[in-house]
Amino acid sequence: MKRLSLNTVTGGALIAVLLVTAASGALWTPYDPLAISFRAKLGAPNLAHWLGTDEFGRDVLSRIMAGAATSVWISLLTVTVAVVLGTAIGVFSGYVRGWVDRIVMAFNDALLAFPGILLALGLLAVVGANKYGIIVALGLAYAPSVARIMRGTVLSLREQEFIASSRVIGNSEGYTMLRHVLPNCLAPLTVLATSMFGWALLAESALSFLGLGVPPPAPTWGNMLASSRPYIGQAVWLGIFPGLCISMTLLGINLLGDAIRDRLDPRMRGTA
Amino acid sequence: MAGQDPLLQIDGLTLQIARSEAVVVDRVGFSVSAGEIVGIVGESGSGKTLAARAVLGLVPPAIRRAAGSVRFEGEEITTMPPKRLRQLRGARIGMVFQEPMTSLNPSMLLGEQLDEGLALHRKLKPAQRRELILDMLRRVGLSDPERALSSYPHQFSGGMRQRIMLASVMLLRPALLVADEPTTALDAVVQRDVLELMVGLTREHRTAVLLISHDLGMVARYCDRIIVMCKGEIVEQGRAQDLLAAPRHPYTRKLLAAMPQRGPSRSFPAGETPVVAVRDLVVDYPGRRILFRQEAGKRALHGISLEVAPRQVVAVVGGSGSGKTTLGHAIAGLVRPSGGEILFGGKPIHRSEAGYWDYRLNCQMVFQDPYSSLDPRMTIGGLVDEPLRFVAGMTGGQRAERVREVLTEVGLGDSFAGRYPHELSGGQRQRVAIARALVRRPKFVIADEPVSALDVTVRAQILELFAGLQARHGFSCLFISHDLGVVEQVADRVVVMSEGRIVEQGTRDEIFDAPKHDYTRRLLSAVPALESAPNGGVRLLWRLDGEAAERDRREVLTAGMSA
Repeated sequence: MKRLSLNTVTGGALIAVLLVTAASGALWTPYDPLAISFRAKLGAPNLAHWLGTDEFGRDVLSRIMAGAATSVWISLLTVTVAVVLGTAIGVFSGYVRGWVDRIVMAFNDALLAFPGILLALGLLAVVGANKYGIIVALGLAYAPSVARIMRGTVLSLREQEFIASSRVIGNSEGYTMLRHVLPNCLAPLTVLATSMFGWALLAESALSFLGLGVPPPAPTWGNMLASSRPYIGQAVWLGIFPGLCISMTLLGINLLGDAIRDRLDPRMRGTA
Repeated sequence: MAGQDPLLQIDGLTLQIARSEAVVVDRVGFSVSAGEIVGIVGESGSGKTLAARAVLGLVPPAIRRAAGSVRFEGEEITTMPPKRLRQLRGARIGMVFQEPMTSLNPSMLLGEQLDEGLALHRKLKPAQRRELILDMLRRVGLSDPERALSSYPHQFSGGMRQRIMLASVMLLRPALLVADEPTTALDAVVQRDVLELMVGLTREHRTAVLLISHDLGMVARYCDRIIVMCKGEIVEQGRAQDLLAAPRHPYTRKLLAAMPQRGPSRSFPAGETPVVAVRDLVVDYPGRRILFRQEAGKRALHGISLEVAPRQVVAVVGGSGSGKTTLGHAIAGLVRPSGGEILFGGKPIHRSEAGYWDYRLNCQMVFQDPYSSLDPRMTIGGLVDEPLRFVAGMTGGQRAERVREVLTEVGLGDSFAGRYPHELSGGQRQRVAIARALVRRPKFVIADEPVSALDVTVRAQILELFAGLQARHGFSCLFISHDLGVVEQVADRVVVMSEGRIVEQGTRDEIFDAPKHDYTRRLLSAVPALESAPNGGVRLLWRLDGEAAERDRREVLTAGMSA
């Protein structure tokens, strides 16, 4: 077995912490993340409240754990929407080629020209600012890049002889696509999905920060960061901990994403 | 050459992979005298290319020289300072590479490229250099050398580029030419022309040649001496005719036995309905569409007609671009013909009719490249089982039984079922591809260059396997190949194609013994006929494009040569 690099271990550990936090946040938190207590308002970190309390006296640790669950859930669903939609479009477009491909890709390129977050903002205005609105909006915003990469992969795959071989056997186009083309697209797709998970997490935080995300009082890292802004002078921990969570998670995802790419790409194997 | 030092003397050369210390060239020693043509023959992984590259000090950085010496004109090359080495390269030792598509710089005018070496190594005025270059280009057979000077490499075909490459190397009149598979990427006719030119040019200038190749027949034709390498070691070396007539090492014998030989003639009853017949088949490739303008398309097949009788192997032969692969694809239904018809069992087939499905199930294909024709994500068992999806009324148990049976037939056995294609060698993969084509017991198989990507000895095994299976199951076969040697071994009938048309067709013996068309003669002149000698040796007979049938066979090389 190959020795794991420091980066892989660090990335893996950070993501493991995130997932454990999110899972426990969904099941159990030290305090009720929504319970208001004006007596404990803006409390500094102490033994009872490890990460302090916010302007309503809610426990920050509990809110971060609950927020992690929400954020991870939203990001996962966003990536799923983007991958399913983008793969369907990209594989179809790359496989049929011709004028269908040209029209689909022209539309796709037009969408790619918008920054993802801007596209999501516009879509949110239509579908409404809530948990599912974010998932749909971000999913739609990210689908074009998946579609583009999938199309490229399919274009190179379909020139391989095993695709011709599948047709000679008598397999239908649809079956060939599902059985032979799609599984061979998995490597680039996994890498893309990993990094997209990071983008989605960040975009969700940004949208919540702008007040377009999950509506309060439900906690997410983004809206915690947003609501901490007025108190930055008196209670710096309100901003620091959610911010730290976001950056650590992104770092973890990027490190892990690199490791996955190296492992899946045969050209990267065997080099130091 | 007695009493005189050889031009190149290699002693005990050992090369290792720097990291793992694995030995890739093991105590290799040989010499090349001035003006001599020496061939190194071996299969992939034999270390022949590395050994030859060591002569120019061009060993890749991952490879380390562990021991041995390379002396060129008395000077030690392995310890030579880089500056002196650069003076030798090009000027005294030239090299021709395998791939003419990539060995010339695509963004440089040929005139500049040819001038580079001369300007570097010779003190001549530009006008004199230009004169030399034009002379040389004329000598290698370019019709308009003036224009070639201001052309780019992509404006020439592969064969022409290899001629230009040869010209650029021979311009400097090196004392030694290292040619690494110089014609492997070219088709048979062009291959012969380029080699004849190379031999002619080097004889004129008394340049010694180190010719590296996997093709024993070709090496034997042009070389004075042959060195046989296997797994990094020299197993045998000697004068070409001695080595062929009386090989001593078992590996040399194996290589000789692997050379294709004419199979037995089989007769077929007349009047049987052909399994597959093609009438006036036309295939057009559409031109590129730019906005609303359609560029002119290309007609790949101009009305092809042929028949394949039951149990018969029909070979389609032609150079690259002859349309032979398009023909196979059109018959297999991968390309839509724009005219003509395909008959299966005497009935025309149309895409919309029920008979088409029956035809598709009975027509299978073996592809050229075993590395890309198997889905890398499927197990061998899954790959072989897949075609059975369409066989009605087979239970899971029967399917598994059939997969086992076919895997055993192709010599792989049950244990391979759980493995993935990347765990297999090229020959094993091609066996899987054959198993996949045969698992449904089809009546008709199209084999598109099934052995051209394989090593010589593996190729012989696959051909033997294929012939055995064909005799046993009696399927008809369309065998597409550019290699006449292989065709002579397997085919019952031969169809010769050139530029999308059939130029000649007939039984194997007719085509090989009495070719009528000029193109067929030229194809034939590039491959030797073999005559077995006792003790595993062979005699090579070269068929020449002569006039009379008797004079068509001139012996270039004979076992005895006692006279």
